[in-house]
Amino acid sequence: MSESQQREMHWQKTRSLMIIHLCIWFFFSFVVHWFAKDLNAINFIGFPLGFYMAAQGSLFAFVVQLFIFVKQQDKIDREFGMAEDDNA
Amino acid sequence: MSLKLKGDFIDNLPKIYGLYTGGFLIFVLLMALLEKNGVGADTIGILFVGFTIVIYAAIGWLSRTMQVDAYYVAGRQVPPVFNGMATAADWMSGASFVAMAGGIYMGGHAYLAFVVGWTGGYVLVAVLMAPYLRKFGCYTVPDFVGTRYGGNTARLLAVLVLVIASFTYVTAQINATGTIASRALQIPFEMGVWFGLLGILLCSMLGGMRAVTWTQVAQYIVLIIAYIVPVIWMSNKQGFGIMPQLAYGDAVARITELEATVGLGTLAKVAAPVDFPGLKALATAHNAPGDGMAAWKFVTLAACMMLGTASLPHILMRYFTTKSVRAARNSVAWSLFFIFLLYFTAPALATFTKLQILDPSLATSIIGKSIESVMALEWIQKWHEVKMVAIVDANRDGILQLNEFFMRADIVVLATPEIAGLPYVISGLVAAGGMAAAMSTADGLLLAIANALSHDLYYKVIDPKAETKKRLIVARVLLIVIGGLGAFVASMKLTGILGAVAWAFCFAMSGLFFPLVLGVWWKRANRAGAIAGMAVGLGVGTWYLYMVKWGGMTPWIGLDHLRFGIVGASASLIAMVVVSLMTKEPDAETQAMVDEIRIPKGETVLGSH
Repeated sequence: MSESQQREMHWQKTRSLMIIHLCIWFFFSFVVHWFAKDLNAINFIGFPLGFYMAAQGSLFAFVVQLFIFVKQQDKIDREFGMAEDDNA
Repeated sequence: MSLKLKGDFIDNLPKIYGLYTGGFLIFVLLMALLEKNGVGADTIGILFVGFTIVIYAAIGWLSRTMQVDAYYVAGRQVPPVFNGMATAADWMSGASFVAMAGGIYMGGHAYLAFVVGWTGGYVLVAVLMAPYLRKFGCYTVPDFVGTRYGGNTARLLAVLVLVIASFTYVTAQINATGTIASRALQIPFEMGVWFGLLGILLCSMLGGMRAVTWTQVAQYIVLIIAYIVPVIWMSNKQGFGIMPQLAYGDAVARITELEATVGLGTLAKVAAPVDFPGLKALATAHNAPGDGMAAWKFVTLAACMMLGTASLPHILMRYFTTKSVRAARNSVAWSLFFIFLLYFTAPALATFTKLQILDPSLATSIIGKSIESVMALEWIQKWHEVKMVAIVDANRDGILQLNEFFMRADIVVLATPEIAGLPYVISGLVAAGGMAAAMSTADGLLLAIANALSHDLYYKVIDPKAETKKRLIVARVLLIVIGGLGAFVASMKLTGILGAVAWAFCFAMSGLFFPLVLGVWWKRANRAGAIAGMAVGLGVGTWYLYMVKWGGMTPWIGLDHLRFGIVGASASLIAMVVVSLMTKEPDAETQAMVDEIRIPKGETVLGSH
């Protein structure tokens, strides 16, 4: 593969990863809270679920999501030779 | 400690901050000992706030520099975890520390939109912005806009948005430092404001970004200890164990039960005493999310806070200080983790405090008790004196009902240790934490403004030939002038802490979100489009805020003055896309530059300048 093809593939994968993570973000930011009232009927480790998601659940999801994102993006960078030197 | 030996210093960071944390804990124990031996509460408060400020100022002094790279981006060598802590302190303002739990206390579920918004925004920062801006290698956010789109107009518009958003924000922070300093040091509010400013300038003036970075790490350590210790203590006392964040589900349920017995929502509204401004009685259920309009309001507020997070220059510029693109990305994840520690504790704190006040089976409860006995409580007297708590026996039965107890939401965090009957040393600790939170954010904001003006306005536009020494002196003079202006505006007490903060987010997202995102993700975005995006976004956003807040206009679909960013950012997106498509695509050089920032490897786009 030529350098420009490599770049093209790298960017395609990066873009797909972005879209996937923004979908997850959208779900935990907006979708779950839109249904907070209904979710409150469900009990989750002692909490009404609607309240739990706003007070903790979504926050947990964001933190975990970001650490996974960092790993995934780094893998893409390395796969196409676009990563920085490790000791940089 | 050899703070000036750079290599050594970076390698020894864990050791240095480990020692610092240990030292701080010993200081807390010492204060507890003093309290036991009869030293008064006032002295302990003064020692806490005074001691921590002296430490920050010392770090600021040791980090002084005359190098451009160190002054603007801390030499680009801050390790991800430490940059994460610094960002967390930069991020968590007086509003987060002082006002958030109080907001949840008063507003219940609806208010949690801030909690979700102020964490979720980091997903946008990591995925859309930070790594690319780091690869770009700029000193300031307008530097990116100015180079990506070219021309002084774009650069200056970005400076304008930055100054409006950050200045709105910084007055709120200086206001918070003034409030805390005036309480802890027993000085008038106006004096507290100037005193707070002095501390802020000591931390930032001599060492710029380098000094701010290392003081912010120190401030994060103080603020997180100060926030979490009282909550754990209180929860342990009430039998919820030492991980209260995971165990307060029962408390939420108990509050919902109690709300029915104390008549929340059914009692008649009693007017708060007129000479006690800003006081409220609890009238919103703790956990009663609605659907339809209420759900819409929740998600729009969260959206404003998220897009605002990803556009606020004082946050974005923290990621310019890492060693590499990978480190920048990593650092965003760590930032969110450190922020999360406080934000998932705030709802627990609000819940416990409410339980303390409502639950008749707890000794601390006041609702349903005789007014005489409540008025005799020390914390009620103390906060009543400063007009932040009030009691009105509206039905003259001598018993305190829920609708007869008024307080300012802002005091929940500061007063909670006293409500729970914890020793005063905890209150002193909390005051030091609040001070750290407000100071660290004010530092970052002032530096963002002063750097944009000194680098983008002065160096890039007015005097491109200025030598290093002159540039850095201009930067410092600006820092003092802007700080002084901020303190002056803050001392006039124009807005509450929280309103001003929400506006700053809305201003930032209206003007900067789409020009920044599309600058990376849409090659076709060009200069004319970016100029239109910033000007229209800022203009429409400001117009809408004015019309809704003062012009008597009915908000569109429930988008009130806290949510004007939705209107501004939508206008910005439309203007930017339409104008970009109507005008010529960017030249080959610009397109190549965008290609370059999309990959981590290689030199930064802007060399050292």
